[in-house]
Amino acid sequence: MPAAAAALIEADALCFSRNEERIFGPLDFRIDAGEALLVKGDNGAGKTTLLRVLAGLLPPESGQIRLQGADFARDGFVQLAAYLGHRHGHKAELTVLQNLRFSAALHGRHDEALLERLIAACGLAGYEDTPAGKLSAGQNKRLSLARLQAGERRLWLMDEPYANLDLAGIAWVNTLVQRHVETGGAALISTHGAYAAPAVPVRTLDIRRSAAHG
Amino acid sequence: MAEFRALLRRDTALMWQRRGDAAQPLLFALMVCVMFPLALGSEPTRLAQSAGAVIWVAHLLAGLLVLDNLYRSDLEDGSLEQLLLAPVPLPLVIASKVLVHWLTTALPVLLVTPLLAQMLFLPDGLLPVLMLGLTVGSLLMSLIGAVVAALTLGIRRSGMLLALMALPLYVPVLVFGAGSVWSAAQGLPWLGAIWLMCAGLALLLVLAPWAAATALRLALS
Repeated sequence: MPAAAAALIEADALCFSRNEERIFGPLDFRIDAGEALLVKGDNGAGKTTLLRVLAGLLPPESGQIRLQGADFARDGFVQLAAYLGHRHGHKAELTVLQNLRFSAALHGRHDEALLERLIAACGLAGYEDTPAGKLSAGQNKRLSLARLQAGERRLWLMDEPYANLDLAGIAWVNTLVQRHVETGGAALISTHGAYAAPAVPVRTLDIRRSAAHG
Repeated sequence: MAEFRALLRRDTALMWQRRGDAAQPLLFALMVCVMFPLALGSEPTRLAQSAGAVIWVAHLLAGLLVLDNLYRSDLEDGSLEQLLLAPVPLPLVIASKVLVHWLTTALPVLLVTPLLAQMLFLPDGLLPVLMLGLTVGSLLMSLIGAVVAALTLGIRRSGMLLALMALPLYVPVLVFGAGSVWSAAQGLPWLGAIWLMCAGLALLLVLAPWAAATALRLALS
């Protein structure tokens, strides 16, 4: 791999410990534009923690994160990346459309046509005025994924995007990631490994607690 | 600015959905002011003496009642993470939350204060002093509360700790606020206490959102 273009995100000997117990690391990886990184690990292996460290929500114990060649900074991160947590990140009391409109506005977008397109694409057409709390778990996931797209960021950090989705939903996520990656984006997807990967250039990162090896 | 408006609109819509919760402080303050004369006796002169102090304490405790809701639901459904990772400065997010919180929980109590004052036979001349002090004081308490609520957010069931941390910080506000009413009742100059609270408000308007932002980042890590 030529080092000419800086990776979208790059980790260098990244470690994280909680209460003196090593959760993961040291990890080295990079994600370039046009590829996806699949983070595999069992339950409790530290996938979510890794994503939270990469998003700057947790400080790493040691090691470095670089964004497009520059040292990690919150401002750089929010312009570059969108984060899909394992919690929905939208309000149960607000309707699908209200939730999505708020996320788009937070990212400086006020395009109603875009919102309609996103809702239709995630299969929630007809549910625009339904409070998110009345939707099923899978539908909530779909709404979160629609929200992820609303900001139009290049790097997607996705924590278990397949959870709660039916087969059609999993295929839809894969198409989403594929289209995103093919248009110059990149994605980091954490999964416990039971699902088919999207049909794009994929690197795999296995994180396991050292105890799990024994 | 568009982001700030979007935040305000979202929080107001949420408050409207939970208007039952938002009515809690109002009912609480009302109950205190109904119960107090029952306990003390309905003699107007005796009530009039303590009216200002009772209304101040009712305001303070009513605000404390809903303080924990400020960030709790956003934390639980992951919205707070998204707000932290949005291209909007976190202090701005907090400022909008505090503003909506004040508008929906403190302002209604403020609006019924003239009624409470009538119920407790507060002398008419003291009402403007009380209202002025409460307006500044409730803003002060909302801002202090925003920092304390952020500090205790990492702890589940933090209600007791929240109260223990917030009450000492509320004491100066209460002393100056209720003190201004007392001074006015004695015919002493009372504007000094209000000015001091205004100075505190100016300070906290600048500092509190930043302090709360730092505390929130810590609470989430």
